[in-house]
Amino acid sequence: MLDFLDKRVLFVMGKGGVGKSTVATALGIRATLEGKRTIICEVSASENTSRLFRQEEVGYREVELANDLWAISIDPDDSMREYVLLQLKVKAMRDLLFRSRMFTYLAEATPGLNELVTIGKVWELAQLDRKVRHGRKYDLVIVDAPATGHGITFLRTPRTFARIAKVGPMYNQANELDRMVTDHETTGAVIVSLPEEMPVNETASLEHELVNDIGVSVDRILVNAVYPDRFGEDELPAIEAVAGSSEVLPRAAGRAGLSEIRRAVAQREQISRLEGMVSTPISLLPFVFDPELSLASARMLGEEIA
Amino acid sequence: MAAIDQVLENRSVCICAGSGGVGKTTTAAAVALGMAVEGLKVCVLTIDPAKRLADSLGMEELGNEATRVDPELLRANGIECRGELWAMMLDAKQTFDQLVARHAEDAEARERVLGNSIYQQISSALAGSQEYMAMEKLFELHTEGRFDLLVLDTPPSRNALDFLDAPERLTQFIEGRSLQLFIKPTGLAARVAGRGAGVVLALLKRILGFDLLADLSEFFTAFSGMIEGFQDRAHRVNALLRDDQTTFLIVCGPQAEPIEESVFFHSKLVEAGMNFGAAVVNRVRYRLVDGEVDPKQVEAEVDAELDEHDLSSRLALNLAEYELLADRDAENVEKLRERLGGAPLIRVPYLDTDVHDLTGLAEIDRYLFADEATRESLAT
Repeated sequence: MLDFLDKRVLFVMGKGGVGKSTVATALGIRATLEGKRTIICEVSASENTSRLFRQEEVGYREVELANDLWAISIDPDDSMREYVLLQLKVKAMRDLLFRSRMFTYLAEATPGLNELVTIGKVWELAQLDRKVRHGRKYDLVIVDAPATGHGITFLRTPRTFARIAKVGPMYNQANELDRMVTDHETTGAVIVSLPEEMPVNETASLEHELVNDIGVSVDRILVNAVYPDRFGEDELPAIEAVAGSSEVLPRAAGRAGLSEIRRAVAQREQISRLEGMVSTPISLLPFVFDPELSLASARMLGEEIA
Repeated sequence: MAAIDQVLENRSVCICAGSGGVGKTTTAAAVALGMAVEGLKVCVLTIDPAKRLADSLGMEELGNEATRVDPELLRANGIECRGELWAMMLDAKQTFDQLVARHAEDAEARERVLGNSIYQQISSALAGSQEYMAMEKLFELHTEGRFDLLVLDTPPSRNALDFLDAPERLTQFIEGRSLQLFIKPTGLAARVAGRGAGVVLALLKRILGFDLLADLSEFFTAFSGMIEGFQDRAHRVNALLRDDQTTFLIVCGPQAEPIEESVFFHSKLVEAGMNFGAAVVNRVRYRLVDGEVDPKQVEAEVDAELDEHDLSSRLALNLAEYELLADRDAENVEKLRERLGGAPLIRVPYLDTDVHDLTGLAEIDRYLFADEATRESLAT
């Protein structure tokens, strides 16, 4: 049972290259299999858009990828407009603001404003009673968090922003968002990692910062691309002998076997090192033979998560 | 095809770019070590090295200044270094503060900027500020002229393009100073634009809250005296990136996504008039057998050498998958090679263990500093 899928908002954290987007999609599929209408949010347009999103041409519009699995690419400009739309009810005032150069400048110059309105959109998607026209109700909102700065800056934005703004509606909004991010009942985070030196270290420090500095509930660490235990360590001498063969095929089979076993051993070492460094439960995800993200491979992965 | 020392001939700046998780830091360190071995005085600027790698370079004490890697340490690892290897860990925030200190008119202006809450945000969190500060440090070291070669490991980001855009983004942000004219209700713009601006201002206050506007206004006012200095500096940093002394290495892995991104990044580099040196593809699985592999035949032949049939069949299956992954790698690498228009592409094989120390770096250098034929024979 993946009880964290019962939350309303799930942030998928991790650095670039660990397969974060694939895992976010896999979790989304898994949630739909458990009967939840789910939406996956991609939040950083400047980053490499995931293949799946490009294939399906997902934009700032909720698109259904598969049965009950939805996707949206949250664009800060669109989120800002939507926010203003909800704040200012008079159309003439809104038009005046949107046309004004000052508004554009300000939106660009205010640090963290983009991240703030992005999280604001996540909050909006997670509402049971959505104010946006044609807004559907989702059981679960999965956020593929930005890889840059390990997504920490992103989740910290509401608090930082509240500190800068001090008063006013944005201040109230920022506080509301910070409450959402740190509400352990409704919001959780998973960290995607790899069984390698750097990712293991980064996962441990990411867990620490999320839990202790921001106060987020970290529900699971998902170690991606774990090799199968194809050979036992006691078989190493036999494999080494085959690798030393003078025949082409046995030699190749032995060398491929050595690569596999050495890598698998190193991975197991890293996984046990990780276990000693974190307090969050760890799940292992298998190395997917063809890691080009497709719904089919994400589905397989989603079913595997234990 | 060319080895890395040929690519870097007559260059004094080498920038390693690429998306995250592809071994960029390791490659940068290996390039720097190899060039130092050949007799140059080299400094590698790295952002966030793995602790084990940093430890193995004796870098735990390192701050924002270049430190020499102890020649004794190199010798102890069997590395005979004719030149000097230096390393530094970049601290973006500290570099930004130093930059402010340099451009501030006086101590008071400096303190006003450093203490402003908006500045504290941008210096640590504004997109592109870490990238820009890496360039800034590179520029500073280059101007000092203490080294024959500087190797820069760019900050970890998903998109390598962030790096190239950084100076522009930062200057654009700073130039947003015209904002302050709007923010002050009595400012020039309010008088020129008349009532319209007043209404917009009222709306903005309603949405953002007043204090935020005040902080922004204060920040841009405090910063206004430094703008020219910043802009001028950014232009010179930008010029260094395009200089003939500078060359870019694109570092990537053999999977479809990093390869696609490298193709894109290469085209952007060329478009922007920068010098492209070589692509380094890490963790490539080389084919171990020429032509099709029949698992049955492998199994039979391994059986002849082993008396354990179960292991033979697992080895055969494993080889078949290894070769398929090698084919996928080869296909992706070929896609990149086609787009490079004859520029060097260096494949570093998928080694059995990850690289975390000096001996590992030296091992990588056997491939980086070899010609293609030697690389091929080492790897297969």
